[in-house]
Amino acid sequence: MKVTILLFGIVRDIVQSGSISLESDSISTVASLKTLLFEKYSKLKTYSNFSIAVNEEYVEDSYVLKNNDTVAIIPPVSGG
Amino acid sequence: MKKENISILLTSEKLNIQTCYDFVQDSSCGGIALFVGTVRNLTKEKEVTQLDFSSYGPMAEKEMQKIAAQALEKFDILKIAIHHVEGELNIGDIPVIIAVSAPHRKAAFAACQFAIDTLKETVPIWKKEHFTDGEVWVNSTP
Repeated sequence: MKVTILLFGIVRDIVQSGSISLESDSISTVASLKTLLFEKYSKLKTYSNFSIAVNEEYVEDSYVLKNNDTVAIIPPVSGG
Repeated sequence: MKKENISILLTSEKLNIQTCYDFVQDSSCGGIALFVGTVRNLTKEKEVTQLDFSSYGPMAEKEMQKIAAQALEKFDILKIAIHHVEGELNIGDIPVIIAVSAPHRKAAFAACQFAIDTLKETVPIWKKEHFTDGEVWVNSTP
């Protein structure tokens, strides 16, 4: 499965990119994607209190991803 | 809930208080509550020189729309405007305006507070504070 991952705020700075593409057979739920991300970018573990949005809607860790989904990593927001 | 009673804006242009006021103003309403966020010069006694707002634009607009729709459902109000800025701001500049009109003031105050509180929790916008000796993403300490 292939997903696009959008990065914002501090997470964008850590990964040093605004968008990455990830392809792996081990991607199924959001939780599995997080595991994969933490393996690939170990610094992210320090900032693991982020939320996940899929196709512009917040989802839980149990959410089942589909091929070509757009996943966004949402660190604690600070608008206003 | 009527969509024409909602005004949502995410922009890199300067926000306009009058625009928000004019949108919600209505002869059936007895009051308008207006919240205007302004950039403060200090954070924990450190001098802030500049702020930088970035957003996940399409999702931020959706979440702002949701907040407005919820406010219209929960409170006895007529119209609501939620406007937010992205990009660089200086001290005293306006990052956010919420305007709410209602037949009676209580609902206007309550809806205005609900909207700004919820915005600060759910809308994917991030603020970077610039100090004389560095910069920090607000709320992002591990």
